[in-house]
Formats: sequence, C-alpha cells, structure tokens
Amino acid sequence: MKPYNELKISFPSESCNEGIARMCITSFVSALDPTVTELAEIKTAVSEAVTNSIVHGYRGGFGKIEIYAKAFENRNLSIRITDHGCGIADIEKAMEPLYTSAPEEERAGLGFAVMESFMDKLTVKSTPGKGTTVTMQRKLSPTHNLHKLSERNSLE
Amino acid sequence: MSVIINNENNTLTAKLQGEIDHHNVQEIRQSIDLAADKSHPEILILDFGEVTFMDSSGIGLVMGRYKLVKDYGGRISVTNTSSHIKKVMKLAGLERLVSIE
Repeated sequence: MKPYNELKISFPSESCNEGIARMCITSFVSALDPTVTELAEIKTAVSEAVTNSIVHGYRGGFGKIEIYAKAFENRNLSIRITDHGCGIADIEKAMEPLYTSAPEEERAGLGFAVMESFMDKLTVKSTPGKGTTVTMQRKLSPTHNLHKLSERNSLE
Repeated sequence: MSVIINNENNTLTAKLQGEIDHHNVQEIRQSIDLAADKSHPEILILDFGEVTFMDSSGIGLVMGRYKLVKDYGGRISVTNTSSHIKKVMKLAGLERLVSIE
C-alpha cells in the first residue's frame, strides 16, 4: 500500500535532538487529526526509541539516527527509527521490562515496554556491530474532522 | 525545562516545568538532589503540574529520588500528574512505591 504522506528525517545522535525528533513527529501526526492521547502516546514511543539509539546504540559516541514515518489512507501509521550503532546481541533480553545495560544513567529499563504498550505493533531488528531498526505501528481512531471527511468523500 | 525548589517546614517541593526526557533529566536530578542532600526533608513533593511531556526518563527520576529519600527515612509524593504521565508511571508500577496524585 502506498502511503499518502511520509516524512524522513536524519540527525546526529545528540541528546538535544530527542526533543526535535518529537517535535517533527508531533507535526506529522497532528495533520492526521489524532486524539490528544494518541498524539501523546506516539510522541512518547518515538522519544523512547530515539533515546535508546543515543544511549545504547551509540553509547555516547556519535552517529546518525534516521526516522521514516508513513501515514496510510486507512489511518495506519508506521514509524521506523534506525541507528548504525553497536546493535543488540540479545533482543529478547533487551526487551524485558526493567532490564537496562546502563544502570548508572538511572535508566528505568522501560523503553521497549513503553513502546509496546503505546503502539499496536513493535518490531525490532538488530545486527551486532551494524545497528538497530525499530518499527512501530499504530492505527489512529476514525477522525471526526468534517473537513477531512468531506475531502475524502470527494475523492471516492 | 526548569525546576523551582521550595523548602519549608521540613517539606521540599520541586515544581517541575516543561519536558522531561533523557536530555534534560540530569539537570532536574541535580537540582533536586542538591537541595534534598542539604536539608533531608521529611517529605519530598515532586509537582508535575507544569510538565508538558514525560517519557520513561521521568520514571528513573522518581525511582532515584524515592531511593534517596528512603535512605534517610523520608518519604516522597508525586502530585498534579496528567492522565498521560500517570499512565507512564503506572507502566512501571510506581504507584506501589510512591503516592501519585
């Protein structure tokens, strides 16, 4: 299925970009008329993924993080976050709630748990030494925006 | 992001403002710990009323402060949380450790 809108961004793994990534995703998703809760949850899931890439993927070193967001006609949203960092040797263990490889940072180890609970589907692909790709999907509830509905009807 | 600290009657209130993420949580942590270490308040109140965003970095923040205060026999209270912030905190089971309002 072809997305009807998409967004690609790429930025260095500096922690100040966590907020910028959230802002970009917020703008992209806002155009789809989400509920306040949907927007907050998607934003939080993206923040977790980007933070994971910075803290664990690059471990304080520097590299690029890419986000590719796609919005589909059926209100499905897909967001892919990629880093080219150290990768995850044991994905299952990394996804266990409360597991963290960086306890000294006072990380709660709940990044993946938050992503899983706030999104409909979460896929993690990783190759040690090459990097990690997290893909998240969420279907937005039907919009009540009359303008958008009429626009859609006129297309049909 | 900023923190306004108020310390009176053995109660230390940290009013958090703005977004809590991995980028700015360290600064928040330092301001709170500096004040708490000095006065060892009986109650530490973390006021989330003006927090506009929080991810799991906020969970680490609350858990860390909980340990800090518990070590000298104090207690901690989390107030004015939005429904979203409450949801993030409950994911971590924080309500079993601290009172969340």
